[in-house]
Amino acid sequence: MSKYIPVIGLEVHCELKSNSKNFSSSKNGDGEVNTNLCPLDIGYPGTLPVVNREAVRKSLMVALALNCEVPQKLCFDRKNYYYPDLPKGYQITQFGHPIGIHGYVMIDTESGPKKITIQDTHLEEDTANMDHMSTYSLIDYNRAGVPLLETVTDPCISSADEAILYLEAYRNILLYLDASDARADLGQIRVDVNVSLKREEDKELGTRVEMKNINSFKTVREAIVSEIDRQTKILESGGIIEQETRRYDENLGTSVFMRSKVDAVDYKYYRESNIPEIRLRDSFISDVKNSLPILEYERRHKYIDVYGIGKVDAYTLTKDKKLSDYFEKIISYGSNPVDTSNMIVGFLLGYINKNYLSLDDININEEDFSSIIKMMSDSKISNKQAKDIFTKAIEDNKNVMDIAKEIGSQISDKEEIRRIINEVFSENSKVIDDYKNGKNVNGFIMGLIMKKTSGKVNPGVTNIVLKEELEKL
Amino acid sequence: MTELLIDDIRKELDDGNVTSDELFNESIEKANKFQDVYNSFVTIMDKKEEVNSNSLLSGIPYALKDNISTKGILTTGSSNILKDYIPVYDATVYRKLKEAGAVLVGKTVLDELAMGGSGTTGHTGIVRNPWNKERSIGGSSSGSAASVALGIVPFSIGSDTGDSIRKPAAYGGIVGFKPTYGRVSRYGLFAFASSLDTVGVMARSIRDISYVMDIIKGHDDNDMTSLPDENIKYSDNLDNDVSGRKLFYIKEALENNSGNEELKRIIDNFYRTVDKARELGFEVEEVSFDKVLLEAVYPAYNVISCAEATSNNSNLTGITFGNRVEGSNINDIMIKTRTEGFSELIKRRFVIGSYVLQKENQDKLFLNACRVRRLIVDKMNELFKRYDGLILPSTEKIAPRFDEASDKLGDDYLILGNHLIIGNFGGFPSISIPSGFVNDMPISVNITGRAKEDALVLNMANKLEGILGFRGQVSKSE
Repeated sequence: MSKYIPVIGLEVHCELKSNSKNFSSSKNGDGEVNTNLCPLDIGYPGTLPVVNREAVRKSLMVALALNCEVPQKLCFDRKNYYYPDLPKGYQITQFGHPIGIHGYVMIDTESGPKKITIQDTHLEEDTANMDHMSTYSLIDYNRAGVPLLETVTDPCISSADEAILYLEAYRNILLYLDASDARADLGQIRVDVNVSLKREEDKELGTRVEMKNINSFKTVREAIVSEIDRQTKILESGGIIEQETRRYDENLGTSVFMRSKVDAVDYKYYRESNIPEIRLRDSFISDVKNSLPILEYERRHKYIDVYGIGKVDAYTLTKDKKLSDYFEKIISYGSNPVDTSNMIVGFLLGYINKNYLSLDDININEEDFSSIIKMMSDSKISNKQAKDIFTKAIEDNKNVMDIAKEIGSQISDKEEIRRIINEVFSENSKVIDDYKNGKNVNGFIMGLIMKKTSGKVNPGVTNIVLKEELEKL
Repeated sequence: MTELLIDDIRKELDDGNVTSDELFNESIEKANKFQDVYNSFVTIMDKKEEVNSNSLLSGIPYALKDNISTKGILTTGSSNILKDYIPVYDATVYRKLKEAGAVLVGKTVLDELAMGGSGTTGHTGIVRNPWNKERSIGGSSSGSAASVALGIVPFSIGSDTGDSIRKPAAYGGIVGFKPTYGRVSRYGLFAFASSLDTVGVMARSIRDISYVMDIIKGHDDNDMTSLPDENIKYSDNLDNDVSGRKLFYIKEALENNSGNEELKRIIDNFYRTVDKARELGFEVEEVSFDKVLLEAVYPAYNVISCAEATSNNSNLTGITFGNRVEGSNINDIMIKTRTEGFSELIKRRFVIGSYVLQKENQDKLFLNACRVRRLIVDKMNELFKRYDGLILPSTEKIAPRFDEASDKLGDDYLILGNHLIIGNFGGFPSISIPSGFVNDMPISVNITGRAKEDALVLNMANKLEGILGFRGQVSKSE
């Protein structure tokens, strides 16, 4: 018999950035417990929802970035259930007419690019935060009503690795669009995972098990791996998978039963009549479409295919939109993309990390950065000199071009270099002996010369002169 | 003096014959005097709100239905679950009236949470009909109707989801106006069925209704369903010529197969009213309407309103507000609060609402009801291409005795008893106008017009009121 193949679907909830909540004017953001709220957020009688335009715009951006079809009319529905974290007794969501359907996200798996298809993405509101103590419960309504975007994939993901690649790609889309801060540690992004197993020859999907509300990608991976393992063991021992909702327990390292299909809640969805249908004009949709930045996946592939930048570096450059924007602006001033990428990935990021800085702390404007790279590419300065210039510019908070002048250009004069080489020879007689005994000492001597001149000599010229001088010996 | 029309009270105020304080005190005295028997109020104000304004309504006392949010003033929805609820914000309609200087006299009793039409289900007891205290005033705007009919106030604010302004107005011999859906902001109105709920006015003349409407209508940023502002004053258009205006009545609604004597007299009154309308220049025609659709009006309403009510009232759990009943855990608190907080009739509606929204029933029951609603509204809109309004008797009977009145959802069905709902289905402006008496109890006719044409409906109603002769009518109760 063939092995079991996992089939995974993900539902990702993500809080959107906005000034106010999705249907009220309360602040969406930090605040003392139970201060960001108004009568609507706590379900007071007679209050009415008013749709937040910014949240609609942001969710439309995401829908378009996910290559979704978007509707001409925006409608909202009620999802009815009783729980104290839901003060109105229903959540306003989009059941029948999501803001986006039939989209996809591209990921690069080890075996090549893969399309993760999106069933839909819809705008809704978050619930309150609850803490259950032994004899009482605490509720913070600050989060109640915060705009929440739920994006549902088809069951088309076939491994934990793929799931994580998708989640990272999706999160990066949100970050690129500035639609959300998408911080899992703050509960801004939460994942429901569906897992089922089938054999290769099976036409139908297996019975799926849902694990709700996982709030880190690392835990998503663990949950998927452990759930595949759990279901495989059941099936291999001749058991049946029950359709049920489970909760992944990080301490146990496995999922635990929550409720079966029989106990599934009927949410009694129906149209929210307090919000009239909102027409999304073609001009509005195309405005939003035109405002979308080029996203990570496209940029990465351009860096690799068009610029010839290595895969790993391309990943690094595009992971953060700010960095990618910085890089693109630099090369727009004419510097060589590979040399620029090497300097950013090989030097600048290391420097930033080592000194606990962020890109915002870097005061080198893109045009100057580009000029320095160009000087380096044209062999007017060495790689080391370029790095020195950048370091000094950051540390002394000085203008790059002034420092470049200060440090001066490289020593390219043949006779000057010959003099330096001979000085090195006389200071290191052992090397000469080694050379005479047939050892390759070029690299070692180059190092000594660089050290002596603080890397200021032109490496190309030095190489030629060094060869000449060695032959003379 | 509070039994006069607004123009007359205004004149007395402006001439200095009475002060607004004296008027307020007079209202309060009457309110208290009638309270024991008629029970119009949940709350009678002990202090006058001081707002300076030079509007027409400045200093004029009025009453507000107790399902409209008033900051700092008890608002119960006439339900035990909210018996101590003091809102933290003002409804738009209340804010507008306050800003116009109108003086709140009290919060009026309704059928619990506006669900019901008998005036018998409020948590503070039954409301009696000012024309005969053995009879119901109807509901759910029961106290709002009674307080106007008793002459305590010249006008009151009610809400209308099926007929909750127009029916009690008809039983009380006063005018009741349900404007176009969205004409008056619902912000602050405790929701019963959001797609049907309408804030409206009850008064003793159409002119008075119009004065109040001119103040309370208009777009509200807090209510996405509120209509854009119109640059028109209803009170300036009341006397426009109506000759050539076309009204229709529904043939099937006026059938009296049982030969009921009371119904016969109501229908006779209606035909006489139609004759008078014709004298004014109205063209009135009989139209046949699909009987199956007409008979589906109430069942469809029942399904839609119960469904929406179930969801709308899911906020009443005792967690963030309301009359919490303690329990062993948070779910237990919610269950106990709701079990003890709602009366049996309300729970019945919630059960029906839940049932029709359930996944397996929703298409057959709830969505079919929505389809019926759409069919009826389409048919009405088609008729409104040819006619300016539908005219029919407001009710199929006079105010019932308490032993006849029931809010149980019964088996009896009369088209005439349910046609007012059509106004809510289509969001049409609809007004009930006193047209006579049967067995010493007032009866009314009702005009329903095209959506957004509130001005025209008030204009037509005003003309008709002029010839019918019951303008300014107050009950004879003592």
